Amino acid sequence: MKINDWLKSNTFHHSTFWDLKKLVEEKERQGLKISLCIPTLNEEKTIGKEIVIFRSELMTRYPLIDELAVVDSGSKDKTLEVAAAYGADTYFSGDILPSQGFKRGKGENLWKAIHQLNGDIIVYVDADITNIHSRFVYGLVAPLIYQPETKYVKAFYDRPLAFSQGIRPSGGGRVTEILTRPLFSLFFPELTALMQPLSGEYAVRREVLEQIAFPIGYGVEISHLIDVYTRWGLYAFAQTDLDKRVHRNQDTRDLGKMAFGILQAFLNRAEQLDMVDVKAETSQILRQFQSREQRFEQQEFKIVEEERPPMIEIPEYREKFHA
Amino acid sequence: MTNETTTGSFDTASPPDVQGRNLVAEVRACRDILLANLVMAAETPAPTFGEEARVRFLLDRFRESGLDHISSDEVNNAVGFLPGESSNRTVAVVAHLDTVFSPKEPHALSLGSDRVRGIGIGDNSLGVAVLASLPLLFEKLNFRPKYNLLLLGVSRSLGRGNLGGIRFLLENTRQKIDEAICLEGCPLGRLNFTAVAMMRGEIRVKMPDEYDFSRFGVHGAIYHLNELINRILEIPRPSRPRTSVVFGSIEGGNTFHQLARDATLRFEVRSESDEVAGMILQKIRFILEEVRARSGVEIELDEISWRDHGGIGFDHPLVQTCRGVMESLDIQPQIGPSMSELAALIAADIPAVTLGLTRGHEVNTLAEEVEIEPMFSGIAQVLGVLQALDDPAYKQKGAMV
Repeated sequence: MKINDWLKSNTFHHSTFWDLKKLVEEKERQGLKISLCIPTLNEEKTIGKEIVIFRSELMTRYPLIDELAVVDSGSKDKTLEVAAAYGADTYFSGDILPSQGFKRGKGENLWKAIHQLNGDIIVYVDADITNIHSRFVYGLVAPLIYQPETKYVKAFYDRPLAFSQGIRPSGGGRVTEILTRPLFSLFFPELTALMQPLSGEYAVRREVLEQIAFPIGYGVEISHLIDVYTRWGLYAFAQTDLDKRVHRNQDTRDLGKMAFGILQAFLNRAEQLDMVDVKAETSQILRQFQSREQRFEQQEFKIVEEERPPMIEIPEYREKFHA
Repeated sequence: MTNETTTGSFDTASPPDVQGRNLVAEVRACRDILLANLVMAAETPAPTFGEEARVRFLLDRFRESGLDHISSDEVNNAVGFLPGESSNRTVAVVAHLDTVFSPKEPHALSLGSDRVRGIGIGDNSLGVAVLASLPLLFEKLNFRPKYNLLLLGVSRSLGRGNLGGIRFLLENTRQKIDEAICLEGCPLGRLNFTAVAMMRGEIRVKMPDEYDFSRFGVHGAIYHLNELINRILEIPRPSRPRTSVVFGSIEGGNTFHQLARDATLRFEVRSESDEVAGMILQKIRFILEEVRARSGVEIELDEISWRDHGGIGFDHPLVQTCRGVMESLDIQPQIGPSMSELAALIAADIPAVTLGLTRGHEVNTLAEEVEIEPMFSGIAQVLGVLQALDDPAYKQKGAMV
């Protein structure tokens, strides 16, 4: 019953960590530095609010965060202007580690942030959250501060798990329940315990981040989970319920693209681990269909799950952090 | 901060005892705290009679700031108290908590580089956010008044709330209040120190259930409501004291071709005289009775809210202090009567003013916005007035109207 034991010991509700004064004291006692990274692409509507809330609550009132950075993939709107106006450090992903070139994708921004930011812990929060609150950061950071053995904390969004007051289904979004959890059930049953394996909010220790590869697209979260699990085991993970997350709803066709990228990344990992042997050549083209004046036509989307190597392999990084 | 004084054309205190421009800069330096509180206040829905969540937010802020006597009461007022050093004088800063919007409307805020957009933000989430920020602003600006400061987030202000929160508080508290400053989000420059007599009512016309709609030539509810409107408009209104009747909203019927069974009119009578307002209301009651008796339709008048006329004089030290501070900050005063919390305070013989905090746009619509930069002057103005009230030269007494 490892999963149930893990759920009991490593699944939290953000309200457990309401005492920010105590959290900051413990962080300072351990001499930890914490960096917050918000990866962006055209997020001018929500980015200002996130920065103001995090700066006010987690830098001015309670100095939990030492660095707040926006890493952008080339927004066409005023994302970076608004972010800088509200006091975030702003970076264009292409300007970080120029020797490594630039690839467009959220995973690329997350990877580049490991080199650019200085924290012992990096917490990643997506920019499209409309009901932003400081719990989105402290809820994820706190298990790392209080539990030295925890390395990777993932967000999920639910009400408190109802162990004592009845049972009800709890889980993730459509892609999680239709694709990811069935895949984990087949190959990595213990990873099914992560309620929302694809959530974009997580806090990770640098010693882990620098050791794992980063797919630059949709596959980044699932690859992380498999890599951390195979190397450090289930107890490296914790998860925190952050209650409700309000964000843009994606239509089913967009979720199809996401699922296609995730499946590619998953198969790559499963092959590397000798768990499957895909003998056929797989295509990187996702085909979807639309009808135009009563005739059906095909739409092709090339979705390539390129991957960045573990950051520790990059010489500039080793020079900066391990000289 | 400097101790330079700004001279004005009045002989009360010398406001503000910091130079206005620097005060604005110091408030601007607290932008993150102010905007974060604005986001959190505005994204917490607070319909009239449903302010509980916003009360919790405000009380949490008061608690974190170490205020005393933090409490809420049975009508959901939120109270925090900052005791003065050596005074039994108490100044209240008041902001109403409720907005006109249902919790079902999207309350997410959008923060641009120079404006904030979101429902209820100008009326009155900004006032609540400033109330929540005041203790921390005092700390940052190194200001601690000698008088007691009472911070009041009051409920049930708007519409049918009829200032229920502040009225309950004033009727039931043992805390003496010597002066009060009410905060409203918009507009910057708003300076209210009088309340007009006001009555808001709803007239409902309903056709009787047994009414025979099939008879050619009969009239529906809209016809009868129209007659009532014409008759109300015929009521003579004096030009002095200034008096008006405002028709604010009308609805009735469902289709093009069927006679309406129901029709509703919402209206307001305003006057600089309680007596004239009362007289007009009495005439409206007579008209309704007459039309009801003659036509046989059901006509009801629901008297939703009322305010008495009153206020403090233009020469009252509180008004003069506010004008002086506004002048030093280049804020152009817009003087007019108010129907907000000010009316209840004045009715309780407490000298009070209402101040606006920034420029707003499309207030009380779904496209409501406020400007960020003027907000810093608006808040500096509040702090300047609170500092000037602490000046030993400030004369508390002045005439009530």
